[in-house]
Order: sequence, then C-alpha cells, then structure tokens
Amino acid sequence: MNHPITHIAANTFREAVRDRVLYNLVAFAVLMAGAAVLVGQISIDIERLVVINLGLTAVSLFGVVIAVFIGIGLVSKEIDKRTLYTVLSRPVRRWQFIAGKFCGLAGTLAVNAFFMGIGVFGALLYVSRRLQRADSYVLVALYFIVLELLIMTAIALLFSSFSSPLLSAVFAFSLFVIGSFSEDLRGFAGMSNGLAHWLTTAAAYLVPNLAALNVISPVAHGEPISGSLILWNTLYAAIYCLTALAGTVLIFERRNLK
Amino acid sequence: MNPPRRTQIIAGSLLLAGLTACVALVQRVDAARPQATLQDTLYITSPSMVRRLSLGYTGLAASLYWTRAVQYFGSRHHEYAQSYELLAPLLRLTTALDPKLLVAYEFGGTFLAPPPPHGAGMPDAAVELIESGIRANPDKWRLYYALGFVHYMERKDYAAAARAFQRGSEVPNAHPFLKLLAARMATQADDPATARMMWTATYDTTQDNMIRDNAEKHLRALQVEDDVTGLEKIVDIFAQRFGHKPGSFREMAQRELLPGIPLDPFGQPYQLTPEGKVLVRQPEKFPFLHKGLPPGFVQPFGSR
Repeated sequence: MNHPITHIAANTFREAVRDRVLYNLVAFAVLMAGAAVLVGQISIDIERLVVINLGLTAVSLFGVVIAVFIGIGLVSKEIDKRTLYTVLSRPVRRWQFIAGKFCGLAGTLAVNAFFMGIGVFGALLYVSRRLQRADSYVLVALYFIVLELLIMTAIALLFSSFSSPLLSAVFAFSLFVIGSFSEDLRGFAGMSNGLAHWLTTAAAYLVPNLAALNVISPVAHGEPISGSLILWNTLYAAIYCLTALAGTVLIFERRNLK
Repeated sequence: MNPPRRTQIIAGSLLLAGLTACVALVQRVDAARPQATLQDTLYITSPSMVRRLSLGYTGLAASLYWTRAVQYFGSRHHEYAQSYELLAPLLRLTTALDPKLLVAYEFGGTFLAPPPPHGAGMPDAAVELIESGIRANPDKWRLYYALGFVHYMERKDYAAAARAFQRGSEVPNAHPFLKLLAARMATQADDPATARMMWTATYDTTQDNMIRDNAEKHLRALQVEDDVTGLEKIVDIFAQRFGHKPGSFREMAQRELLPGIPLDPFGQPYQLTPEGKVLVRQPEKFPFLHKGLPPGFVQPFGSR
C-alpha cells in the first residue's frame, strides 16, 4: 500500500471524485429511467433492446469523454500547478507518476462503469420483470467497454505528455473515431498497393482496434460472446495500454521540466 | 435586502421569464411555419453512411430509427394518410443498422404492405424487406410467416405464400401451423376460413398489443361478414318459404329459422332492412368490414 504508484493512483481517484466526475451518474440514471419508462410507449417490441443499447452506449460514451478530458489534464495540470515538482522531489520516479495517474483514472472509470452497469441491470429488470440468462452477456460488453476506456486513458495520457490539453483532446478524440473504423482501415490497406499499402497497413495497426471491443449490438440480441474473443481482446487491450504508457514514459522521462 | 441578493433574485426571475417566453415563442414560430416538418425529412438516406456515422453504436441507432419509423407510421395512420413516402427508407436504414432487429422486418412488412390508409400500399417493398430479413436471419420462422402473410393478404399470390410457409415450416423449431398453412394455400386459399386461420395465428403468436388488437379487429370483421352472409341466406329461405321478406329477426325466430335475435361480436343486435339486407348498428366499430355496412358509410378519421 505504501508504493508510490498506489499513493498517486489513490490521489488521482480522490481528485476525480472531488472534481464531481461521478456526477455524470445522475445524468445516466435519468437517461436510463426515461428510456425504461418511455420507450414502451413510443415504440414497438424493443424495450429490452433499447435499454441495453442505450445503457451500454452511454456507459461507453460517458466513459470516453471522462477518460479523454480527465486524461489530458493528468500531467499538464500537475505541471501548471507546479505540484509535479513536489511529487518528483520525493522518492518517486517519473514512470511511477505516469503509472499511478493511469491507475487512478482507470479506477475512477471502472467505478463509474460499475455503477452504470447496476443502472443498466436495474432498467432491464424494470422492463423485463426478470433477468434472463442472455442478460449475463451484458457483463461481457461492460468488460469490453472498460477495456476500451483503459485504452482511451492511455492514449490521452500519451498525448498529454507532449502536447497542450486542447490539442491532446483533439488527437485523442480523433483516434477514438478512427479506432471505430479500424476494420475499414484494414480493408483499405488490403485494397491498396505499394507504399500506400504499407502506410495504410501501418496506420491500421497503430490505431486502437476499438471496433472489436464494441459488442453491444450482438449482446442486445442475446448472442453469446466467445471465450477466445474475451481472451484476445483482454490481451490486446493490456498490450496496447502498456505500449502507449511506455511511449508516455519515454517522452515524459526526456521532457525538460525546469 | 443586500445588493448581491437583489441581483440573484432579478437574475433568477429573468431566467424563469426568459425560459417561459422561449417556450411560448417556439410554439408561435411552429404555428407560423407551413406543414413541412422535421418528420417528413430524412437527411441521410444511405444505410452505409448512417452505419459509418453511428461510430459502431449501430444497435442504438437502429432502435432510434425503428422508433422513428413507428412514430412516422403511427402519426400518418392517425391522419388517415394516403402516402407514406418515408416509411420504406426508414425501415431500410433500421435494418441496415441492425440486421437482426426482427421486429423491424416483421412489423415493418405489416406497415408497408396494406393499401392506404391501413398501410403504405407497397407490398413489393414489404416482400423485399422481409426477404432481406430472411437472408440475415434464415432460422427465424416468424419472418417466413410474415412473408407468406404479405403474399397471401396483399399480393394474392397464393403460390408464393405457399412457398414461404413451406420454407418456414422447414426451419428448426418452426410453429406447426406453417405446414398447415402451406397445405391450405395450395387447396383452399380463397376460403374465408383460411383468412380466419391466418389472423388467429397472428393473434395467438404475437407478443405485441398493437398487432394483437389489429388481428382482433380483422377477426371481428371476418366474423361479421360470415354472420351477414349466413343471415342473408336465411332471409332468402324465409322469402322463398313465405312469399315475402321478413319484417324483423324476431319474425324469423318465431318461424324457427333463427334461435333468437342475432348479435354482432360486440353484443349489439344486427339490423334487418326492408330489402332483406343485414347491417351492423355501429359500423365505426368494425374498421376492416366489407359487408353489412350501411349504404354510403365512410369510416371516420382515427377509428381504424
């Protein structure tokens, strides 16, 4: 518990809570309650589908917005307030600072997703009167969303280590959009030739493969997610986060903070 | 009262007044604009474009488009509309976003196929929509049933209906009545009992109240048409036997041609005209009725 990473992570979590990040849960609760009550009256036969689709999409989008906007300020805010110098004057290595910040925000996002998940299941219980076996697949989709948020946090941290908060936000959101099209990008790479082929292939593998982490639609139809996809997505997210954090540490270690 | 407090009260009052004024003004603006509304506009018609713009959240986008299709159909239907231009594109967008959204094929076909004002009068588009649903979900028997239903009810293509029911009956866990329907299409497609069987099957198998209500209305109409046909035959028998038309059902009952005064499905006695025609007393309660309607009767708006 006395490890510097743990301390920095705990402080990052506390700071996020103090910044009222978890207030988004209120908006989410209103959204879910509204959807659960309203959809049955304005549509036909899709109450369960809407609760799952809307709930998980909201978990994902709210989470991405939090990951990016908090993530881009994790380093720059500490530099602006000059608190970074206090931290680094203690026996804390720069990589430990980055790792702690990442873990703190990841924890915040996981707690946020956990409460939103409870909200989704509550709304499901309201519209279906009982939970079915297929509803357990929603947990897999929630897990994939958390993986997606970890990747976005790592990306936001990476950009914030060398760019201004505004540009970092633009870069991170752009990567989120491009990452949603990663399958198309690989398709384009397959169709092109020569240098264009190599460049598009490199770009396709460099951007996060977020499309594979979005299983909301199949889960809403009660389709199970294969164990192999869970395994490979977990490994992919872990390696991608590690790579992005390694890049962040590399830049941050070389950065002149004087 | 100190100045900051006064400022807060003034600002708060202005905020409330401003919001109220905005609501009133928006209503005025809407009233001043012609009938061209947001509802009649479809900004993006390309399914692949909408799919891309949804950033992978296709399930939610499909649910929104489906809800919009339902709202569009419902409002046009309520207005007794003669055209539903946006219905087919909305359904195409919905099913392109979520090819597994069975409800959009099933009910979408029901919205598209019947002639206006009950539907869009586009049975071919309905067939195309449901066929695309079958390609995406070949193991769902309800889609074959919906396809056969459109072929039978709206296109009167009994051979195609038989083929659809037959294909559906071969799907694992298909409802047994599909086999029966396939057989009836080949031999007794024109029999009203077949239509009754179809609507009964719809009534029994749907989980949606609106569809069940619609099936019930059709079944009631079929019941009345059967009653009217049967009663008019008995009136003819009476006339042949006694040399004049009966003056009332009571007279027919007294001559033991009827067990009592015949009642419609709502419990209202049928009406017998001096010409021997049998009519319902409350025709507005039978939106799909073709027989037994008073001469010149037109269904009022919103009753269907």
